[in-house]
Amino acid sequence: MAVKLFDSRGVPLEKQRFTWKEMVQKPISKLDDEAFTRVRIILMNGLEMEALRFQHLCARMNKDLQVPLAKVRRVEQHQQTTVNWLISSDHSPLETTIAYEQVAVEVTAAVARNEPEPYLAQVYRFGLLEDFDHLYRYSALLDRLEGKDANNILQSHTDIIPGRPTIDEHRAPENDLRDHYDRTKAAAVTKLHAMTIMAAEYQTHDFYANIGPMYADPVARQLYAEIASIEEQHVTQYESIIDPTETWLEKWLLHEAAEAYNYYSCMEQESNPRIKAIWERFLDYELGQFAYVSELFKQHERRDPAEIISDTLPDPMPFKSNREFVRKVLDQEVNLRTRGTQFVDKAQEDPASLDYRQQVNSDGSPSQTVAAGYQWSPGTELNRKVA
Amino acid sequence: MEKSIEMSVKNRTGIGMSPVDSKQMIDAAEATPPSSSGDESALAALDSVYIREAEPVGSVPPPGTLKGAAQATLQKLTGKHPEILIDKLGERLAFERTGTRLYDYLITKCETAPADSEIPVDTLRRFRREEAQHFRLVAKALESLGADPTTQTPGADVSAVASSGVLQVLSDPRTSVPQSLEAILTAELVDHAGWELLIRLAGEMGLDEMATDFRAALAEEDDHLMQVRQWHEQSALSQAGVATI
Repeated sequence: MAVKLFDSRGVPLEKQRFTWKEMVQKPISKLDDEAFTRVRIILMNGLEMEALRFQHLCARMNKDLQVPLAKVRRVEQHQQTTVNWLISSDHSPLETTIAYEQVAVEVTAAVARNEPEPYLAQVYRFGLLEDFDHLYRYSALLDRLEGKDANNILQSHTDIIPGRPTIDEHRAPENDLRDHYDRTKAAAVTKLHAMTIMAAEYQTHDFYANIGPMYADPVARQLYAEIASIEEQHVTQYESIIDPTETWLEKWLLHEAAEAYNYYSCMEQESNPRIKAIWERFLDYELGQFAYVSELFKQHERRDPAEIISDTLPDPMPFKSNREFVRKVLDQEVNLRTRGTQFVDKAQEDPASLDYRQQVNSDGSPSQTVAAGYQWSPGTELNRKVA
Repeated sequence: MEKSIEMSVKNRTGIGMSPVDSKQMIDAAEATPPSSSGDESALAALDSVYIREAEPVGSVPPPGTLKGAAQATLQKLTGKHPEILIDKLGERLAFERTGTRLYDYLITKCETAPADSEIPVDTLRRFRREEAQHFRLVAKALESLGADPTTQTPGADVSAVASSGVLQVLSDPRTSVPQSLEAILTAELVDHAGWELLIRLAGEMGLDEMATDFRAALAEEDDHLMQVRQWHEQSALSQAGVATI
């Protein structure tokens, strides 16, 4: 079922309402629901958090848009609550972290595979190997701190092996920035990809920044401090691939399109009927918000929204294991580093990054410590070690 | 580490530390009626709605491909509910596995602050080894039923939530050895009850060999519980200045 952004009016904004009971529904089952259902929930929470963030920033800089922004943002807030509250409370913060990294790996891999611009596909592959390594480090922590098996969350969709070592991911800030797409030439899918991954990484950063201090274990606290710092680097990277000359309204319209696209992708592939109904409802809401913002766009910018995004949404982003692709990228690109906006071999890395890395790791490396000698085994490493 | 419980005016949590401000707060609260009528039963009413509508935490997967011994064992359970046993076994397995990590923390704490602790670290290491062995024992029991020991059962999940606080206490560098002992005592008490239940379940289901294996584990758990309780009491009495040993 193809979705037309401009023809599908969706639900009018004034009818997009909730009660607290609607926002706080039965959560998913950590044990019985498909891992990709959890991936979709986390992803959409990321999109909604980005919607809120953007719509607040836009309001600070655009007096004329403050009322429409407040109206749409109220709905986004309640959508965010509805979605995020689907995560059941028996997910420990560390189990949730494992799920966040699965989102990062599988969604970034899907985007990297489908991205038509080669340089941007490389950007995604670069970040992919780093989030992949984070998953390995957090899995070691889950095993050694809580005595639990990360695969109970991953459901065997995603490998647990080292990626580009986290210790090597610390870069001088200028080496996290990339070249951006050209807003006048980029395909719709390119713009949607960038928005999606940027939102996901920002959410991940904020999550780690918030829960890091909730751990008592000092290794855990340090590991979250370290990986949160990398996630901030990733947000810098993904933010920078978006054309900064897009106007505020253009960006707002693209946000709504990205939300619609992702709800559409979720809806088409959701295995849990109750959750699928939420994706359907929210796709209709986003189409209504898109229609609302389109009118604002035409009114304020006197431009046709079709200039910045195509009418038909791209094919749904696939939610499935990308195991073979990730392994291939790992084999071929684990030694890539950066020099400014370019990707280079390890030997050519910018010395500024080496200096920074050496300094920040000078009291030790939590990511190396936590995973010292760690190899994932089903049922935890104790299963392998105890006769 | 300094003495873990000291008396000082630094703890400001009670109203006694701020008599003037506290009296003002009490006066204001007493003078201001609630903004809505009713009482704390309103929380229970809302909770009840969600309880009625809730779905279970999760389920137990059916046994995988059954071969030979596993098939024979499961046939013994015809007419009974093996999923309850599998759930409880999964719970015990997860508990023993996390228990191993708890002892890792306690060992580190005792080794790092020997002045704070008179607990023989070799004994702790033995307990740790035994927890790990119990974990393997339960994994084998699950395999004997054709069940997958890497599965997180509902029992494993819920008991992990229940004991998450114990882990938080043990892994906190600020908690003393006596405080950590109290947390481990919580775990050992639950563990002991868990093993007793498993022995009863296995016995009632006619799994005599399993029950015998579990009795051996329980004997070791008896020792853990007795020792941890003794250390916990001794440390509290000693800190109170009324040590008898």
